[in-house]
Amino acid sequence: MQITQAQTAQSPWRFDHYFVPLVIFLGLLAAIVEAARSPDPRMIMQAWTFGACMAAFGAWYMKTYVGRTPADEKNFYADAVIKAGVIASTFWGVAGMLVGVIIALQLCFPHFLYFPDLPWTNFGRMRPLHTSAVVFAFGGNVLITTSFYAVQRTSRARLFGGSLPWFVMWGYNIFIVMAGTGYLEGISQSREYAEPEWYADIWLTLVWVCYLLTFLGTLWKRKEPHIYVANWFYLAFIVTIAVLHIVNNLAMPVSFLETKSYSLFSGVQDALTQWWYGHNAVGFFLTAGFLGIVYYFIPKQAERPVYSYRLSIIHFWSLIFIYIWAGPHHLLYTALPEWAQTLGMTFSVILWMPSWGGMINGLMTLSGAWDKLRTDPVLRMLVVSVAFYGMATFEGPVMSVKAVNALSHYTNWTIGHVHSGALGWVGYISFGALYCLVPWLWKKKLYSNALVEWHFWISTIGIVLYITSMWVAGIMQGLMWRAYNEFGFLEYAFSEVVLAMHPYYIIRAIGGLLYLTGTLIMAFNLWKTATSGQPAAAAQPVLAAEAA
Amino acid sequence: MERWAYEDVLAFAQSWGAVYFTLMFLVAFAYAWWPKNRARFEKAAHIPLKEED
Amino acid sequence: MNHSWLERNSILLLIGIICVIAVGGAVEIAPLFWVGGTVEKVSGMRPYTPLELEGRNIYVREGCYVCHSQQIRTLRDEVERYGHYSLAAESMYDHPFQWGSERTGPDLARVGGKYSDQWHKGHLIDPRSVVPESIMPPYKFLFSTPLDYRDVQALLKTNREVGVPYTDEQIAHAKEDLVAQADPNGDGVDAFEKRYAKAQSRNFDGNGAEVTEGAALIAYLQMLGTLIDFKAYHADAPENRR
Repeated sequence: MQITQAQTAQSPWRFDHYFVPLVIFLGLLAAIVEAARSPDPRMIMQAWTFGACMAAFGAWYMKTYVGRTPADEKNFYADAVIKAGVIASTFWGVAGMLVGVIIALQLCFPHFLYFPDLPWTNFGRMRPLHTSAVVFAFGGNVLITTSFYAVQRTSRARLFGGSLPWFVMWGYNIFIVMAGTGYLEGISQSREYAEPEWYADIWLTLVWVCYLLTFLGTLWKRKEPHIYVANWFYLAFIVTIAVLHIVNNLAMPVSFLETKSYSLFSGVQDALTQWWYGHNAVGFFLTAGFLGIVYYFIPKQAERPVYSYRLSIIHFWSLIFIYIWAGPHHLLYTALPEWAQTLGMTFSVILWMPSWGGMINGLMTLSGAWDKLRTDPVLRMLVVSVAFYGMATFEGPVMSVKAVNALSHYTNWTIGHVHSGALGWVGYISFGALYCLVPWLWKKKLYSNALVEWHFWISTIGIVLYITSMWVAGIMQGLMWRAYNEFGFLEYAFSEVVLAMHPYYIIRAIGGLLYLTGTLIMAFNLWKTATSGQPAAAAQPVLAAEAA
Repeated sequence: MERWAYEDVLAFAQSWGAVYFTLMFLVAFAYAWWPKNRARFEKAAHIPLKEED
Repeated sequence: MNHSWLERNSILLLIGIICVIAVGGAVEIAPLFWVGGTVEKVSGMRPYTPLELEGRNIYVREGCYVCHSQQIRTLRDEVERYGHYSLAAESMYDHPFQWGSERTGPDLARVGGKYSDQWHKGHLIDPRSVVPESIMPPYKFLFSTPLDYRDVQALLKTNREVGVPYTDEQIAHAKEDLVAQADPNGDGVDAFEKRYAKAQSRNFDGNGAEVTEGAALIAYLQMLGTLIDFKAYHADAPENRR
């Protein structure tokens, strides 16, 4: 209550001016205590890393906020933090995809790319680095950044909390650094996409609660009676990820001075909890959150309202309602009780409907303006991402059918499926949003549309190579594992199947390399736009006049 | 507490589960297609287009 | 108009979202803790020995789960390739579970006893010297790194706190048991073997001077899937229907 009053009354007392420095101070204190007292060399490394991050954040905060009001606070919208988010997103995108290419090459050329005395270069430690870097570092920064942009514009209100959004931005990226350096040091809970240990999880919980508060607070300040549907998706993403993160990471640390912890659950219960989390990380992080981008950025870039607002409401409720049940499809034919498997499979198949409802809604927003796809490569990227969303959400239900899953599970088909969603859907919608945001925020014209074309076509060829090679590899793998010879014995040794994967792993690595190349072209284009692009002239007023 | 058997869970899911799902869908559908809400949603759809910096 | 922080629409939306996701999560996961027969009653399961638990921690640390599953599905080819399908009971002391999601390498649920210790050591140091087609990373450093087991007692204690039935005696003797399992000529072997049924005590990596991380990992791999007495398990019995 006090917070909002202080905000609206413009009183000099501000909650965030005390809260943020307090957290930095406590963070530094914790780092020093851990570094000094811990018997665990890995914890000491993490403590130094965290301490350095806190010191950097603290120095920045003092420079920006102590005894002065930053220029950005005089603007109506808080855009400086969004600019920082754009830069972080682009950086992590390149870094995460680079690690992906490296580990793809490791599977092709194990003779050259492993180093027997350097444990941190091994696939087992680098793979979580890749997944976390692309999902959480790249994807997460894109989500925070775009949600901050969209919620302000659709609410016609400044971000809530003063410097609280900055704490979210710094805090989230510090979590990424802790997680990433931790993996390389060998710190992992071994829960896929939730590998960071207990102390990093606690830090992320704090940051996430502040994110929720920033987002909700901005909605509370809005001057628009209706909450625009993109914000529904963002809110569902933020709230659900909070719940998933807390439940899935319930664990008992061995000691507060050590990195290691043991999860509260075991065996079959633990497996379902993890895949309830894992699948809904896809459903709410990689889908609901990015659908927020679809419902804001596509109408904005296409300059027309979403095809059916009513359909978007049905899309929203049915999506979040059905997704939450689909987790058990990761555990078909395992020791998970049959009823849970059936439940998971059923809901996964039903999930196809809201997914395609959303896809149709996104695509049809272009109806009457299809010609823009030819002239505006940024819009094309956004729209093609929705098409990939449709493809991946068709493939998903198919793979969750038990008979198909018997073949596809444990194979590279799963990897191909994930990447058709990750590269085609999440990647393209993110690139599209970044191509929109840099000109809007820096008030420049995009440096080069031709480079966007290059990006689009190079990465599209990359995606095609990636997913087709993994389809072929996965189906082949599944068929070889279950092949019997004429005498009724298994036809192939496991090692023969590994050997058969070799050419497909190489094609996959080339696909990944092309995709990374596209991302580098984007980074260059965005950099040139921000630093030397031409000022945007009449673009915005025309839009405003049209709307009025 | 008395432990449930597999069959009990099944029976519960097949009766009350179906009712619950149908109800949820109807509520969402009614909200979206309620005639009175129509104008409101039309207006809402234009929110991203009318903002100025 | 919306200056109250309990602004109605956003709170309704928030509550709606929480209700919808809470029902799905709770109805699906909670029953696993109380529906009868989720975990079968079997004979032979015991908590990990201190050395095996340390080995398991290394397995987790190195991310073995990203390429190796530990879950044999109820499919004919899997049972013929890897052995009896996995039972829920077999991972009931696993915090966290290691079922995995990919088979870039083979399933390891029943790898225990399939290869010799020397094979494992050679394979971990240089996988391609043993299996030319392998694309596994080398783990040479495990055999030159002494195992840091100062906190092994705390590891057992923490496991007990999350539900693994370690006895007071097992916790009290954690360190001796770890050393005894790695050194078959030591004094504590008999007491150790009494505390952990079917535990194998030997010099797993051929290094007499110290217990290495490699030895702990091999001790873990060599017990995987070996505990249950399948002669006493009847899949068709009503209590095992799930």
